[in-house]
Amino acid sequence: MSSAATATPRVRPGEDAEVIVRFEDAIKTFETGKGKLRREVTAVDGVTLSIRRGEIYGVIGYSGAGKSTLVRLINGLEPVTGGVVEVDGQRVDGRTEEQLAPIRREIGMIFQQFNLFTSRTVAGNVEYPLVRAGWSKDKRKARVEELLRFVGLSERAGNYPEQLSGGQKQRVGIARALAAQPKILLADESTSALDPETTQEVLNLLRRANREFGITVVLITHEMDVVRSIADRVAVMDSGRVVEEGPTARVFSAPETDTARKFVATVSHDEPDSEELSYLSEQSKGRLVVVDVREGVDVGSVLSAAAARGVQFQIVFGGVSVLQRQSFGSLTVDLTGERHEVDRTIDELSQLTTVKEVSA
Amino acid sequence: MNWSVLGPQLLTAIGETLYMVALTMVIAGLIGLFFGVALYVTRPGNLYASRAVNTAINLVVNFVRPIPFIILLAALGPLTDAVVGTRLGQNAAIFAMSIAAVFAVARIVEQNLMSVDPGVVEAARSMGVSRPKIITTVILPEALGPLVLGYTFLVIGVTDMSAMAGAIGAGGLGDFALRLGYQRFNDQITWAAVAVIIVMVQLVQFFGNSMARKIMRR
Repeated sequence: MSSAATATPRVRPGEDAEVIVRFEDAIKTFETGKGKLRREVTAVDGVTLSIRRGEIYGVIGYSGAGKSTLVRLINGLEPVTGGVVEVDGQRVDGRTEEQLAPIRREIGMIFQQFNLFTSRTVAGNVEYPLVRAGWSKDKRKARVEELLRFVGLSERAGNYPEQLSGGQKQRVGIARALAAQPKILLADESTSALDPETTQEVLNLLRRANREFGITVVLITHEMDVVRSIADRVAVMDSGRVVEEGPTARVFSAPETDTARKFVATVSHDEPDSEELSYLSEQSKGRLVVVDVREGVDVGSVLSAAAARGVQFQIVFGGVSVLQRQSFGSLTVDLTGERHEVDRTIDELSQLTTVKEVSA
Repeated sequence: MNWSVLGPQLLTAIGETLYMVALTMVIAGLIGLFFGVALYVTRPGNLYASRAVNTAINLVVNFVRPIPFIILLAALGPLTDAVVGTRLGQNAAIFAMSIAAVFAVARIVEQNLMSVDPGVVEAARSMGVSRPKIITTVILPEALGPLVLGYTFLVIGVTDMSAMAGAIGAGGLGDFALRLGYQRFNDQITWAAVAVIIVMVQLVQFFGNSMARKIMRR
């Protein structure tokens, strides 16, 4: 592990960073069924997006949203039906399996079910891509040792996959995917079969791979928590389309589509749902307002000034998170006091941020 | 009963059976492996998916497999003559046994390869490994344990076939049991042949099982 890499905070690839994966109106359809049941399913429906070199790019969506197919378009495991897919300046679409080989050697991939070779040891799994890439025996040995150290499984080199836990298997998967020094790492639901603690271990490894080797990570998941912990930018997929895309902090703090809002709600439950609201309304002595909290919005000053004028406030629900050095969240406040003073407080808050009155 | 005469005859019969079974297993084992792999990789969605090739091989396999071996042995006569130069004897029998066994091997190989997790094939593809290399360095090693069990099973089937080889003068334990035992109303001789076959089969099964266990590490 390089100490320089851990000491310096990582500079995120900016707006002008070079594009490494580009989709332009990519379409993928499958034919399913036979005879009368035969029909065409559109898994990826006109996706246009760019992934920048060195970033961790998340793709989130429910199962069946087309995200696993989308990631397989990048290394040509699934050929596109229409549109353009470009990796590092080279067209992936329209190539034969043999022509795809050199591109695939630049792209590592890890899988939900790990897909380790059961006939090979841990070291054998990591060594395999190097054998195929024609590395000499000495270089292979050194590289395998280096990678097993990186994923913390040096003592397990001689074990077979069935002797490992799920988290350890995925770490072997990561070591194997990184072996031939690819530029891109595709992670297809790589933590979905793991418990929360091992999920963090695996995500930490992906983050380290990104920081220490500068590898671009494309991460597919249905868990918003995973996106929140490591993705720089995120695309939200629904029915084969990218419905929303942007920096993770932006999508979290101000989701624009219902799909994105639903995903955000799965991790940051900062607004009361209808059941919680009816309870809060019963308990409320004054007016209930939901106040959006964002970076630079000083809700506290308004409330303390209001308190000085005799308005009492009680925070009854809410949550504030920090993501990519940005605060966001919301607070539900119960305001009591003289009517015009309460009105004035709500006015002042509305000038700062979004305020929603929810009292009955 | 005169075992001083029968003993050497039994030994000769054992030798003949072993020779026929071993050679058939080598020939049919290799050719059948090729066709079994071909059946597997040409399946829809697989490495060399091809409906035409898959259907064609399936058709041939399904055409030959149901023919009772004793009939195939006779029916192949002209072909055996053309290839081996005679319709009689051990080599003629090995030719017919190999033809019958190739298709059985192909099926067994195909079925065992189906047990390979498609995920590991996808992983190898994602590494940019060529398709022939995926077959030889991923699919076959991953299926090796079940394949060993499959081939063990086939040795027993081929041993069964070899018992009919006596019909075209190839000798062997079947011929020994039928000609010297059954036709002379000497059950002891028949049962002696049965006992030898049982021991042979047990040994093959034992070695097959322990090899597979070692490969599959359980």
